[in-house]
Amino acid sequence: MSSQPARKRRLEVEDIGDIAVVNFVDKKILDEQNIQMIGDDLFRLVDELGRRKVLLNFCNVEFMSSAALGKLITLHRKLQAVQGKLVLCKIAKDILDVFKITKLDRILTITPDEQSGLQAF
Amino acid sequence: MSSMCDNPIVAELSIPSDLAEARRIQDLIEEALQASAYSEHDIFSIKLALEEALVNAIKHGNQMDRDKRVTVCYQITPQRFEVRITDEGEGFNPDDVPDPTAIENIERPCGRGLLLIRGFMTNVVYHGKGNSVSMTKIRDGVGNSDAHTSD
Repeated sequence: MSSQPARKRRLEVEDIGDIAVVNFVDKKILDEQNIQMIGDDLFRLVDELGRRKVLLNFCNVEFMSSAALGKLITLHRKLQAVQGKLVLCKIAKDILDVFKITKLDRILTITPDEQSGLQAF
Repeated sequence: MSSMCDNPIVAELSIPSDLAEARRIQDLIEEALQASAYSEHDIFSIKLALEEALVNAIKHGNQMDRDKRVTVCYQITPQRFEVRITDEGEGFNPDDVPDPTAIENIERPCGRGLLLIRGFMTNVVYHGKGNSVSMTKIRDGVGNSDAHTSD
């Protein structure tokens, strides 16, 4: 029996064609350790599992601070480096303001819903 | 802070440099805002600004030193939320922080906290050497003509 505690699952990944559709399990993407693990799981999709098209669905996310933005930018850059693409969808209005204020909505592809997100690749 | 009326909620708290303590304060303030019937949008804005400012105070100000404390003074009235957060760090000049929206910085993974605080709050003032910040949020539907935070 392993002495390691079970690692909490933070992402749900569903494959739709060659697109990895990712849902966040947590409603709040906040504390540093949590963000680090979410980042690691996202980067693994690209670095180890070879995914090139990633659609992040924010429908479950109610709160997110600037600490999480860094992981999204790194994921965007990783995908760009391998000719892949990152798309974000279903972002709540208040969280969308986080992207607008930081002007990240100009470098990231953001769509209103999952269907339009799938079509953005 | 400006004079208050309509039975303001007033509190002064001191916490060690611990992010879990910061979350506790945020929850406390969120409950008070809900009890005062602030909108979800206002509560989101205030929570985000508190998160960014408290993380700055604990991580960058006090360098996570649990022997150093962060004080949080806040007032909630039907019209506005005001808070002052002070750490025991060296302070900083907010004008020295690179603009994270500039082309050369836009893809940097950090440095957006101050921008978000300014974006979500009505008024933000740094005091003294920069280790103390006052933030005001005028409630939705209330005119901004009195959005003044004294120094």
